[in-house]
Amino acid sequence: MPNPKSALKSRPGSGGSPDSVRFRTYRLALPPVSGVFRPRLVALCVVLTAATFLLFCWGLTTGDYPIDLTDVVRALVGSGDPGTVLVVRELRLPRALVGLLAGIAFGVSGALFQTMTRNPLASPDMIGLTQGAGTAVVAGIVLGWDGGLGTQALGLFGALATALIVYALAWRRGTTGYRIILVGIGVAWICTSATDYLVARGGRFQAQAALGWLVGNLNGRTWEQVGPLAVALAVLLPTALLLGRLLRTLQLGDDVATGLGTRVQPVRLAILLAGVGLIAFATASAGPVAFVALAAPQIAQRLARTAWPPTVASGLTGAMVVLGGDLVARTLVPGTELPVGIVTGVLGAPVLLWLLARANRAGSGG
Amino acid sequence: MSAEPMSADPTSADPSPTDRVPAPDPDLRASGLRLAYDSRLVVDGLDLAVPPGRITAIVGANACGKSTLLRALARLLAPKEGAVHLDGRAIRSIPSRELAQRLGILPQSPLAPEGLTVIDLVNRGRSPHQTWWRQWSKADEQAVREALDSTGMTDLADRPVDELSGGQRQRAWIAMAVAQGTPVLLLDEPTTYLDLAHQIDVLDLITDLNRRENRTVVMVLHDLNQACRYADHVVAMKSGRIVAEGSPAEVITAATVEDVFDLTCQITTDPVSGTPLVIPIGRHHGAPAR
Amino acid sequence: MTGKRARPALLVALLGVVLAVLCLLSLALGAANIPPDQVIRALFGDAPSRFVDNVVWTARVPRTALALAAGAALGLAGALMQALTRNPLADPGVLGVSAGASFAIVLAVGVLGINSLYGYVWFAFAGALIATVAVYLLGGLGRSGMTPVKLALAGIAVTSMLWSFTQAIVLTDVDALNKFRFWSAGSLADADNGLVWRVLPFLVIGAVLALACAPALNSLALGDDVAASLGRRLGLVRLAGVAAVTLLTGASVAVIGPVVFIGLVVPHVARVLAQSVGIGPDQRWLLPLSAVLAPSLLLTADILGRLVARPTEIQAGVLVAFIGGPFFIAMVRRRNLAEV
Repeated sequence: MPNPKSALKSRPGSGGSPDSVRFRTYRLALPPVSGVFRPRLVALCVVLTAATFLLFCWGLTTGDYPIDLTDVVRALVGSGDPGTVLVVRELRLPRALVGLLAGIAFGVSGALFQTMTRNPLASPDMIGLTQGAGTAVVAGIVLGWDGGLGTQALGLFGALATALIVYALAWRRGTTGYRIILVGIGVAWICTSATDYLVARGGRFQAQAALGWLVGNLNGRTWEQVGPLAVALAVLLPTALLLGRLLRTLQLGDDVATGLGTRVQPVRLAILLAGVGLIAFATASAGPVAFVALAAPQIAQRLARTAWPPTVASGLTGAMVVLGGDLVARTLVPGTELPVGIVTGVLGAPVLLWLLARANRAGSGG
Repeated sequence: MSAEPMSADPTSADPSPTDRVPAPDPDLRASGLRLAYDSRLVVDGLDLAVPPGRITAIVGANACGKSTLLRALARLLAPKEGAVHLDGRAIRSIPSRELAQRLGILPQSPLAPEGLTVIDLVNRGRSPHQTWWRQWSKADEQAVREALDSTGMTDLADRPVDELSGGQRQRAWIAMAVAQGTPVLLLDEPTTYLDLAHQIDVLDLITDLNRRENRTVVMVLHDLNQACRYADHVVAMKSGRIVAEGSPAEVITAATVEDVFDLTCQITTDPVSGTPLVIPIGRHHGAPAR
Repeated sequence: MTGKRARPALLVALLGVVLAVLCLLSLALGAANIPPDQVIRALFGDAPSRFVDNVVWTARVPRTALALAAGAALGLAGALMQALTRNPLADPGVLGVSAGASFAIVLAVGVLGINSLYGYVWFAFAGALIATVAVYLLGGLGRSGMTPVKLALAGIAVTSMLWSFTQAIVLTDVDALNKFRFWSAGSLADADNGLVWRVLPFLVIGAVLALACAPALNSLALGDDVAASLGRRLGLVRLAGVAAVTLLTGASVAVIGPVVFIGLVVPHVARVLAQSVGIGPDQRWLLPLSAVLAPSLLLTADILGRLVARPTEIQAGVLVAFIGGPFFIAMVRRRNLAEV
């Protein structure tokens, strides 16, 4: 066995091994904070934040009638043409905010689910939640309750009620991931059929409105929807980040994780709740925007070259996908505003195929 | 951010006093254990006292309950009856974090997520000692470096675990268990699926950990001769009960082997290590000619 | 030994009887209250009135026939799909069939203005076929050839892309919207004899192909390597299997709508039943069992749909979910669903 001791001359500030280009460490004497950070990931997050900000601002300038960036800024602080102020503050800003926040929520939720199930194809909308939200919203539309806050509240109710039902039905002296997915499939089927029935039964315009929501849409989002979404993120995002360390031990398998002192069942439950909460709020606000929760974490992981979907980067990627998709959807066909879900659905497919093709290790992806 | 001055010259052969806290003699014992999966009873009324500071090997035929026993010792399986005590306290009542600082387990065939590097894996072993704001303390760094060093993985620290050979991968996992810094180490079949050279490599490594760092090791082994060579204390199990327990010479006799493994054999002395050597007698070799 | 042999045969006989009873009920019950003896007379050509003759022969008989044919087709396709992909969660729509069909339908109605069921059903079939071929080709991309996971991934990719296009059209064209949403709910109401006869050949060919694959599928379940060493030509079996699934599902879905979840649930029930009479996961039994169970489910749903909300109907596809879904969940709870 080669003598490794001579290779162990440590350089200050570098990681535990001389070849470690992948992470750097930091340690403060007071307060006693120390940790590991990955330069590439940090750089990625900075870039993603900048790009998201850019898309956000660009989105504010786009719409039925284009508004200059300088006019947008003026309108934000309240000066300038009152019409512009109204459009920017009451129409575009909330829309952009919903897109931003929902995108982050989709991305983080997807990252949590994929890390927890150790499966890059796992997606929070495989367990029936989003279908349940859909049924509730469509019931509201077809059976007569409509309105901004109404839709979001209905969607939230549908998603959370479905989550509870699925968990309860899958619980039999504890749950296994497999059983949750199976029950989720059954429940999703029932909800989808109920939705189809309602859409078929309703009038033409109701059907249109219903389908418009079901595809994932940022049209007509108002401040009333931004509020609850922002609060949810303020609570659930830090939770997800704090749980990150424990989540990474879960990645090694339940046995190893238990051996490392992680209390597997409570941690998994907490992560599940955070993931469910995030996707419920995101879906309730923007509808089930296709693919974001599935693709964003994978894209972030590959860009950052980590072995797991990085939480913050996934959220930012999700935000970029939603905001970017919305931008494309609004400008693609002049005169009509396509819903964002259509664009993400069409673009998501090639991304998935790229994941397929990029499977460069035996057994991964195939 | 301050650059850390080196507290110990890494090229010195002697470990400095700060790295190596002499492990207190841990007292791990099981009493009246009754273990079952659902309704299938595997172990019924078993008592075991693990000798501190020694290597104990648990041997037995397939499905005799040795892995089940190990899992119960590691609190991966809750006993239906009976309890496991560590240093006088029932492990059920010890908080998870604290238990993980005193008892580490390496399960069979663990799976690392794709792309995870060796040093990341070893770092995870430090998680019972870390908090979310302190994830790379001096002790962590030292433990990781020493773990890589003692398993010979320093040069491979940056490679993904799934790209390593079987032997290297197992050493990486052992490095993780070592970094955890526990006085007791439980290993479930650490040599399965390894070729012979790597098996010896891993077992030698485990012996190093025991001799140099005074760690108590309990491992499930399926190879009797390896158990004889490397273990100080052998526990032979059959159908969920301990049939014999003691030093290899005491336990591995032709009669015990016949009882536990249903195998006729001849016992001789290993010319290299001086421990008992099991020579199996099958239908084609060793049986009196007809 | 006759005891053991007899049990599977008894099961099949029992299921056949159940199916026959359901067929009779389907013919006898409906929005129009016709006494059973008149129905029977109408079946033998001696209807008491033209109205009865009409109801029986142009509404109920094709409907029942369609339920039988499409139901059997979907059950068969589902069992086949699960065996091919070695994934107990696969349904026949996994290869993009429903998405292809729906896209083709809205294209036909919205862009090409074809409005009759006879017209767009062929589009639906073609769309299903093209989508499946695309999925099959895409699933074979990459170095390691086709694997079940890649096939599933390709299916998801193509499905979502097609759904997006479908929704784009549907949200802009009202006629397309209407046709699409009624088709989506999955109904047997528009059946007529001509339609049934036209799709029947495809269903028959598909069924024959499927049943012919059955022995090879048993080997396939043991893994690609083992199957190859047993002399099975994997590529051919997969191709034949996918062709069968496409024909069966495409033709059914084009006519009755995307009721593909039958194909997910019924094979599981078939497996449970087979186990209870002592047959293991033998595709030579599972395929026919699925083919008999699925129409029973579809007929039950259709009958209930006609009765529960008189004088209107609840579409069969919806009720299949409300019956099949809880049943599936109950099964998941009660036992660990066996692998294929």
